[in-house]
Amino acid sequence: MSDMSSETGSPKPRRWAIWLPLVLFLGFVALVLVGMLRPADRNVASALVGKPMPQFNLPPALPGRPGLDSKVLANGKPHLVNIFASWCVPCRVEAPQLGALAKAGVPIEGISVRDSTEALQGFLDQNGDPYQRIGADDDGQVQLALGSSGVPETYVIDGKGKIVYQHIGEIRPDQLGLILDKLKEAGL
Amino acid sequence: MKRLAALLLMVLGLATAAPLLAQGEQSTAPYAYRQLDDPAKEEKAQALMETLRCLQCQGQSIADSDAPIAGSMRSLVRERIEAGEDPEAIRSWLMERYGDYVSYAPRITGLTWPLFAVPAVLLLLAFLLLRRLFTGSAKPGEGA
Repeated sequence: MSDMSSETGSPKPRRWAIWLPLVLFLGFVALVLVGMLRPADRNVASALVGKPMPQFNLPPALPGRPGLDSKVLANGKPHLVNIFASWCVPCRVEAPQLGALAKAGVPIEGISVRDSTEALQGFLDQNGDPYQRIGADDDGQVQLALGSSGVPETYVIDGKGKIVYQHIGEIRPDQLGLILDKLKEAGL
Repeated sequence: MKRLAALLLMVLGLATAAPLLAQGEQSTAPYAYRQLDDPAKEEKAQALMETLRCLQCQGQSIADSDAPIAGSMRSLVRERIEAGEDPEAIRSWLMERYGDYVSYAPRITGLTWPLFAVPAVLLLLAFLLLRRLFTGSAKPGEGA
């Protein structure tokens, strides 16, 4: 069979063609290796970055404190919107960084996801309270509207209410500069 | 002795507290764990939920996952179906926020069209090659 097909092909025998399957196979192996050795990025980024913040109006998470209406985000000044919860361990890790940002004069608005008043109060007593307002997203629906897939996440919003940057996961001490850069980009 | 008992209690307390902490709060959204009253609407919602990805337990659909965010997503789907929204409109609402990744139903886009085109091209190629082989061998004298 193979004799036959080589003779019915072009008159010159194409010698390089015999290596083609091997080359294809090695290419495939390389592709698999790259896929296996490169750590997969499991973060699902919000597709809303660069777009306006969706409209929402969350009730206060704590009695005597304001809730969060998305209208306050478009007041001409950049804001941080921090999605957090008392049950979220990395949120404790980022609390000092949020405290530092609040001290530096950055307005930080909180959205507490699937939380209870008592647990939230305990969390703030323990870890500090950098928030101007905290909206209670008990059903997690505003979290979905923002394209957020976990806690903590932090959105940088510019003065017109546009989402400039989404930070997935806790803000670590070495990432403070990054957040400040994004805030400057947003007009701080 | 009292100290030892206190220590034991503390260890026990920690052991029982840790899993709770890791789990987070269950979704309290109204339709996270409740079906819609209208079976036809529930069926519609179920069909959609089976093709939406849980963003936390990636690889599970929100119909299968017990993650809190999946509960919130189920409630979102059911509430919108109840309100009469089209399932595909709900899917695109979620895709506007989470990208194509959230949907298990494949779409033909600028990035994904080769996935659909390659099998067709390979079939065509195989057909052409094999046709040459078969017609070639059928003619006497052209072979060996």
